[in-house]
Amino acid sequence: MPGYRLPAPAGQCIDRQQRVGFTFNGRAYQGYAGDTLAAALLANGVHRVARSFKLHRPRGVWGCGLEEPCALVDVGSGPRRTPNVRATLLPISEGLSVRSVNCWPGPEFDVGAVSGWLAPLLPAGFYYKTFMWPSWRAFEPTIRRMAGFGRIGTEPDPDHYEEIALQPDVLVVGAGIAGLAAAAAAARAGARTVLLGASARLGGQCAWQEDAEAAGLAAAVRAAGVRILTRTTAFGVYDHALVCAHETVTADGAAQLPACVLRERLWKIRARAVIAATGAFERPVLFADNDRPGVMLASAALKFAGAYGVACGRRAVMIANSDAAYAQAARLRAHGIEVAALVDVRPGPHPPTEVPRLLGEVHAVHGARAVAGVSVRTGAGLRHLACDLLLSSGGFAPAVHLHSQAGGRLRFLEESAMFVPDGPAPSLVSVGACAGMFGREAVLAHARAVGEALARECPAPAAAPDGCGRSAPLRPVAGKAFVDLQNDVTSADVALAARENYRSVEHLKRYTTTGMGTDQGKTSNLNALLLMAQLTGQPAAAVGTTRFRPPFAPVSFGALAGRRVGALYRPLRRLPAHAWHESHGAQFEIFGDWVRPVAYPQAGEDLNAAAQREALAVRRQAGLFDGSPLGKLEVYGPDAAEFLDLMYVGTLSNLGIGQARYGLLLNENGTLVDDGIVARLSARRFWVNTTTAGVERTAAAFEEWLQCEYPHLRVLITPVTARWANLTVAGPRAWDWLAAAGLDGALAPGRTRHMSLTDSALDGVPLRVLRASFSGELGYEINLPAERAAWLFERVWAHAAAVRGSLYGIEALQILRTEKGYLHIGTDTDGTTQPQDVGFARGVARKAADFVGRRSLLRPAAQDPERLQLVGLLGVDPTQVLPVGAHIAPGPAPAVSEGHVTSSYRSPELGRGVALALLKAGTRRSGERLTAYHLGRAFAAEVVMPPFIDPTGARLHG
Amino acid sequence: MMQLPCPWCGVRDESEFVCGGASHIVRPGLSASDAEWGSYLFFRDNPKGPLRERWRHAYGCGQWFNLMRDTLTHQVLSVYPMAEPPPAGG
Amino acid sequence: MRYSALALLRGALSGGRSWQPAWRSPEPKAAYDVLIVGGGGHGLASAYYLARNHGVRNVAVLERGWLGGGNTGRNTTIVRSNYLYPESARLYDFSLRLYEGLSRELNFNLMLSQRGLIDLAHSRHDLDSMARWVNSMHMNGIDARLLSREEIAARLPLLDVSPEARYPVLGGFEQPRGGTARHDAVAWGYARAADALGVDIVQNCEVTGFLRGGHGEVTGVTTSRGTIRAQRIGLAAAGHSSVLAALAGFRLPVTSYALQAMVSEPVKPALDAVVLSPGTGAYLSQSDKGEMVIGAGLDLFASYAQRGSFAVLQGVVAATLALFPSFSRLKLLRQWAGNVDVVHDSSPIIGPTPVPELFINCGWGTGGFKAIPAGGWTLAHVLATGRSHPLAEPFQLERFHSGRLIDEAAAAGIAH
Repeated sequence: MPGYRLPAPAGQCIDRQQRVGFTFNGRAYQGYAGDTLAAALLANGVHRVARSFKLHRPRGVWGCGLEEPCALVDVGSGPRRTPNVRATLLPISEGLSVRSVNCWPGPEFDVGAVSGWLAPLLPAGFYYKTFMWPSWRAFEPTIRRMAGFGRIGTEPDPDHYEEIALQPDVLVVGAGIAGLAAAAAAARAGARTVLLGASARLGGQCAWQEDAEAAGLAAAVRAAGVRILTRTTAFGVYDHALVCAHETVTADGAAQLPACVLRERLWKIRARAVIAATGAFERPVLFADNDRPGVMLASAALKFAGAYGVACGRRAVMIANSDAAYAQAARLRAHGIEVAALVDVRPGPHPPTEVPRLLGEVHAVHGARAVAGVSVRTGAGLRHLACDLLLSSGGFAPAVHLHSQAGGRLRFLEESAMFVPDGPAPSLVSVGACAGMFGREAVLAHARAVGEALARECPAPAAAPDGCGRSAPLRPVAGKAFVDLQNDVTSADVALAARENYRSVEHLKRYTTTGMGTDQGKTSNLNALLLMAQLTGQPAAAVGTTRFRPPFAPVSFGALAGRRVGALYRPLRRLPAHAWHESHGAQFEIFGDWVRPVAYPQAGEDLNAAAQREALAVRRQAGLFDGSPLGKLEVYGPDAAEFLDLMYVGTLSNLGIGQARYGLLLNENGTLVDDGIVARLSARRFWVNTTTAGVERTAAAFEEWLQCEYPHLRVLITPVTARWANLTVAGPRAWDWLAAAGLDGALAPGRTRHMSLTDSALDGVPLRVLRASFSGELGYEINLPAERAAWLFERVWAHAAAVRGSLYGIEALQILRTEKGYLHIGTDTDGTTQPQDVGFARGVARKAADFVGRRSLLRPAAQDPERLQLVGLLGVDPTQVLPVGAHIAPGPAPAVSEGHVTSSYRSPELGRGVALALLKAGTRRSGERLTAYHLGRAFAAEVVMPPFIDPTGARLHG
Repeated sequence: MMQLPCPWCGVRDESEFVCGGASHIVRPGLSASDAEWGSYLFFRDNPKGPLRERWRHAYGCGQWFNLMRDTLTHQVLSVYPMAEPPPAGG
Repeated sequence: MRYSALALLRGALSGGRSWQPAWRSPEPKAAYDVLIVGGGGHGLASAYYLARNHGVRNVAVLERGWLGGGNTGRNTTIVRSNYLYPESARLYDFSLRLYEGLSRELNFNLMLSQRGLIDLAHSRHDLDSMARWVNSMHMNGIDARLLSREEIAARLPLLDVSPEARYPVLGGFEQPRGGTARHDAVAWGYARAADALGVDIVQNCEVTGFLRGGHGEVTGVTTSRGTIRAQRIGLAAAGHSSVLAALAGFRLPVTSYALQAMVSEPVKPALDAVVLSPGTGAYLSQSDKGEMVIGAGLDLFASYAQRGSFAVLQGVVAATLALFPSFSRLKLLRQWAGNVDVVHDSSPIIGPTPVPELFINCGWGTGGFKAIPAGGWTLAHVLATGRSHPLAEPFQLERFHSGRLIDEAAAAGIAH
């Protein structure tokens, strides 16, 4: 194979003293420190690196950076397995192990290449025209296996990622000479300047040439105090000029890595001004079999020579559609690589050259497995040229991606066939090649002027995009002339799209899949649309480009998620006394964003058995429960009572001090959104309990009403959930227990009333004691400073034996409240439930004044007698627990549902199942026998009106 | 990601704010017709261009304020307190 | 011409010259019986069904940009009919049933892949909600089954089902007939079939105003390509419904939001179902090309910008990794946003507007793609007959005054 190493000074980026061993498809190779995988493979003569997406054609290295469409590999194994890594960007490291993608058994011989024989049957979009009988699903699995490149890992990523925000004055993206000049000028003018460079070295394409001016600029940037981030690529410009960039911190694939490394870093940069200096991508020339291993971009061959000291072949032929090819040829020769001929596809005049020049076009590429020669159609007939390297130099496409993302417009430079920025974008100015400027002196002068102007907050001088010289129009090419190498889109495919009227540039992209691969069309989009323009006789500017969307280059999900993974993804909240519950046998479960005891199982008990025992203990003796997550707000101010009357279905302004009342909250659409107890602490201060899940939205809704609709009311709303723990004791012996624990006798049932709130204290710790009950038993909800929660649990628990008290968790709480028929918002209600559906019709009627959502209760839908209403259900078989979610219907499915079971438990008190349900016209149907269906099973039940126990509520009073 | 100017705290990232939708929607009383009530609840101008809306600096000072913003470009055109009428020309 | 394996062979033998344009690019005529504004899936389907079901062929579809370029080309390609309420279930299952025969009817492979759509339950409350959901679907005559944690682990081998997960998987449910279809193909298939029936599809034609008759009725439109008259006009321009309504002089209960989506680079098959996690908000599937197609939430402020907030994107990626931790080393390839019409109850509006002879199909929120066949069918019906299709009767503008909302999201506690 043709690749080999050149002598120094070629190879600016490698250290020839340091050999590095790696394996490719299981074979061992050696390279030098500093090599990319692509360079090392080329130096080892490996020209077949992967197989293409659709036709499984063998492919070699085509580019030298992120534009690479072909040379994709899977890196590593186990948890660090990484798919679809571009060989042109991956530095080699000792022990690196990579595999080719999309081929089996390997890129040399690939079974999938059979699809290549069928290529004529597989034009663009062929799958839209067949595979319809019997159904797509019959073909899909096979086609899916053929598609896709690498394989994803199966284990969690062991590495981590971080995110840093910066706010410099000036951000310069790109560390080629234009970016260096702009950054140095900005910093010298006093701006805090950040410079992003995609590679490890400054200077862009000058970094691997002996270029004193570039080296001087790099030194100037450092001297000026510019903050330099290397190996960092800006991938997106988002709203209000947020630039997001991605830094590779630890290269993939090194065999010797700690268990966890910082792999990548995400930079979020908000600069006052952004300068794009992102350069340009080389545009390939189109000819048949331009995908043969051994065909590559001329700029890539130059970089491999200069940066890595790798000659990609022994005898090159250059296909030129640009003056740049002449300089490229000269530089290749300077590296000692023979350039057998320069084939210029353009009519004259042409620059002078020492290379033998032919005028003509490629007729055919020879060599079955790799390039062995090329025949050129000239005015004097066909000419055969032997070569092992065919270089494509078709001019350049400015990297206008960031400019476009920032909202900048483009215009088309006819002579060079390139799109360039049409003036600056809002808050982003392009310099250098990405601005369409290619002459070094002009670029440097412009970049300096832009850097200095933006640093001084002056308007930036306009760019003078002059292009890179003349290029001949692109014409359709017969044979397998690939426009998009990764997705196997040929010139004929573009012609087919034109013929079938997929002529809009977006249709072209979507129908042929041009530019939709991992290279995002860096070397194909422009050629595709130029071809379409030719085929349809339109100017290229009229065809236009597809939208440039982020990311500019693929970004790992890990870097985007940053630290929002594992336990740090939506972190859970723990109870103030979490450890105390843990040491007392709690079984925890996640409820919303809280971790809470669901039960305290004893030896041999499962969750159900524990909950039954705990619930019964509350009914018979007393139970101790941690209710700390219950939502708590303090509403304070001279107009607090008036405000709460506007918020709640009920009236709260007539509460006496120390009194408490249950209230429902609606949204303006009349839907029940929260409930809870409101107590009056003083004339101007209320204690508001909300549901655990609802406290944030309730506080937000209160604030919105207060600030936006009722700004004249003098009220302050303070969320205090986290400040107050809540220890609840419930059961007939609740007070005995608390009295034993030393609580003030003034709290005794005879001296306080159900639904009252009393401020008390124990050992100097303030207690806010609410007599209320979600269990139907005598209940004390003791609120106290969160940091004393464990102390009070310990204090109360020490006296449990005296009353045979028990701890109880959420599951027992649910049993108790279901027995009592107390609704649970979001379980027994949904987004359609209104107060009249849950027994509050009279409460609404009694109140004369307006409140949030009231008018909605007067609409026809609210008056519908067929609404779903909350009722009780008793299974006809008392041993059955009706399944939650079972639907009540006149017959088995399919049928018209009349409602569904919302809560259902075995009641230990009654020794039978009890359930709540939302039922059509439910309150009128008491006593009716009906059937609930669950997954095909039928359950006979009777409608009853809850509660199932203690209908008079006598137990609440102790 | 936008940056919004909180009148009390200055310019902050969008993620600190909550949008409350169009501003200056007048709430009718209980005597409103179903049609008036439905219009108040649901029907909006929803322009492609400048829109007066209200935002809350939820993860900051907690205050609501009015903002005029272009819904196509996301450019912030003006900011004014909750209680104030919309500026002329909007 | 008919598409088939034989046609491909003929194409191969003719060097591609046997292929015909999929649709014409006609100049608009001065007048049509019916105009459809909006050349996305819903508009094209409406035109097709007007011609096919009602014999109304003197129809033009006016598209501001390129056909299929709105939300039809910017979604996560999911099709499903897993709805709670009979009204929604009937409409969306009708749509899914149309999809099931559509590739052959249109003679265009839409790549309908009914690989199953799985909703994950992350808590016991979720399990209860999903039991209700599955039973609802059974009542509505729609396929659904509850899945155990073990069944889900077997179906989704890369899903983190460990008890330590932040969002542990306790079970879930599946609609086996749910899946994906190739979004562009839906637009192209309808366009080609409608064109074959004589419908004029006019691209790059922006409607700039409505012409009105003596009784206030619409009689035509002014466009960037001239005035076009019509007896009836249907609007199917999701994302821009309010803009067109404003031109016609009325308001809609709609706010336009940006809805983001993204794809990863293509990898070999690793996910063979559509997965939704209501708890984290993530939903994803793997395309036939091998890309992971991931849906995001709404950017919760009005926007016509067709680009999303980076913070929302990060949240969605984090949600994805919470479910599939090994996707961390997979790379994001493309991201985009569509403009969706969001109405309070996340249900559509299909029927008359306050303006006589002007009808609308809008308000699909984040779920319009799966409804394209039904949306087109029912809009065509009202355009042809002047009466709402029975399936569309519950989905009228009137419900925003009567309060008869059909709020699936609120009922299920789940975003669409």
